[in-house]
Amino acid sequence: MAKAKITFSDIDQTVNVPAGTRIIEVSEKIGAGIIYGCREGDCGTCMTHVEEGWNNLTEPSVLEEKVLRENMASRHDRLACQAQILGDCKVKPA
Amino acid sequence: MMPLQAEPAARAIAKPGESVEIAPGVHWIGALDPTLRTFDIILRTANGTTYNSYMVRGTDGVAIIDTVKAEFADDFFARIESVARYDEIRIIVLNHLEPDHTGALPELMRRAPQAKLYISTRATAMLKALLKPKEDKGPLAFETVGTGDEVSLGDRTLRFLHTPFLHWPDTQCTYLVEEGVLFSGDVFGCHYCDTRLLNDRCGDFRFAFDYYYAHIMRPFKTHVMDALKLIEPLPLKTIAPTHGPILRDRPRRYITRYRELSTASFADKIGNEERSLIIFYMSAYGSTARMAEAICAGAEEQPGLRVSLYDLEGGETQPFVDLIESADALALGSPTINGDAVKPIWDLLSSLAVIDLKGKLGAAFGSYGWTGEAVRMIEDRMRGLKMRVPVAGLRVKLIPTDEELDECRAFGRDIASAIASGEKGRVIDFAELG
Repeated sequence: MAKAKITFSDIDQTVNVPAGTRIIEVSEKIGAGIIYGCREGDCGTCMTHVEEGWNNLTEPSVLEEKVLRENMASRHDRLACQAQILGDCKVKPA
Repeated sequence: MMPLQAEPAARAIAKPGESVEIAPGVHWIGALDPTLRTFDIILRTANGTTYNSYMVRGTDGVAIIDTVKAEFADDFFARIESVARYDEIRIIVLNHLEPDHTGALPELMRRAPQAKLYISTRATAMLKALLKPKEDKGPLAFETVGTGDEVSLGDRTLRFLHTPFLHWPDTQCTYLVEEGVLFSGDVFGCHYCDTRLLNDRCGDFRFAFDYYYAHIMRPFKTHVMDALKLIEPLPLKTIAPTHGPILRDRPRRYITRYRELSTASFADKIGNEERSLIIFYMSAYGSTARMAEAICAGAEEQPGLRVSLYDLEGGETQPFVDLIESADALALGSPTINGDAVKPIWDLLSSLAVIDLKGKLGAAFGSYGWTGEAVRMIEDRMRGLKMRVPVAGLRVKLIPTDEELDECRAFGRDIASAIASGEKGRVIDFAELG
């Protein structure tokens, strides 16, 4: 199975994950500072800034785009409960 | 319950139908709720609370900062009417959208339809959920603001500070530049009702201030520290929170106290390089206790790890919660009685919502007579609390043999290595997270 590395820069920790893993599945267990609300892409609480490897996450869905817009997301912000890791990337709480 | 409002204190500052000027052109227009004894199910209060809102008058109109709980809307509107007309209100700032501060908002918007709402960048979805705007009524008139954004009232300037997660994602603070007043929302607030209203006039509320912090802000210490970086450089004459006394006398004391409370867990660390594991157990016949001792002995072999062992039967929950907050890992041992872990274990696990558990390691163990469900149930709860459970739980049937005690020591060593493996810089495999 393809693997990818995700780095949580706020805690300086890197995890080697199977490609397709959502950020949410990793971040709480490793102790990163991203906070979650609904966990289903609706509330926007888990907004996360992608510092490196923006193209190594799955494309945001139409619904995620809408929530990001509503929460005044800046470029390269994603919802950690939605974004799946496809390749190496580095993230921090937005 | 005594109707406390029937006999207001002789030195009352907050009087029915009257606003209170707390700085030139700045009025308290909130409401008192002296008979409240439980707030939001989780908080107790010995003398009620206040829902503070404020009015700021400038040469170019009036701003209302936050509103009150719906049941107290009449008090709020009476106080507004004592100092302003609704057609003067140009700006409504919502520092926090929880219903105790937005209950009177729909009616205020009806009375002052020309006013524009100012909310934080993270509050849009919440505002829409709160007001449920109908499309045929046209779009809501609101603007989202972040740190450094300003809105002018002519000779007065409101500047916004983005302070999310204190204690909801939407929270912000608003600073009145010319008067040095910080409208801080729930930050620096407390559930304490006193008609004397001002911190230098009312009773001793320090316990209420710390209690509020412990239950509302404590899970968000990192965010408190981020907010303090924005607040500390401000010239400050008054902090005006949404609950409890208005802090006009030496307001910096309260900022200092927040910094102390937010850094306590780091200062409590037993050593910069040392990691810590706390083992708690309950034992009916001594078997789980013997397991705990062996696990402790195994874990202690790991250099740089401080291991503490406690019998839950001998302590109160609260100090144990403090211990867990500053620990790297937690191991819980419980026998299985009637197919469940025992109540003190659940009491402890249900008390951990006030601390940040993200990234901590958890492990469970226990002796059992004939079913043995407790260990798996504790592990499930730990995962539910966002802890990692990297080492599968250990169960022993009835009295542990020497071989089984060896397994316990190995279990302790495994937990200790999992703690050590979390060191920064090392790439962790997903499977290790458990």
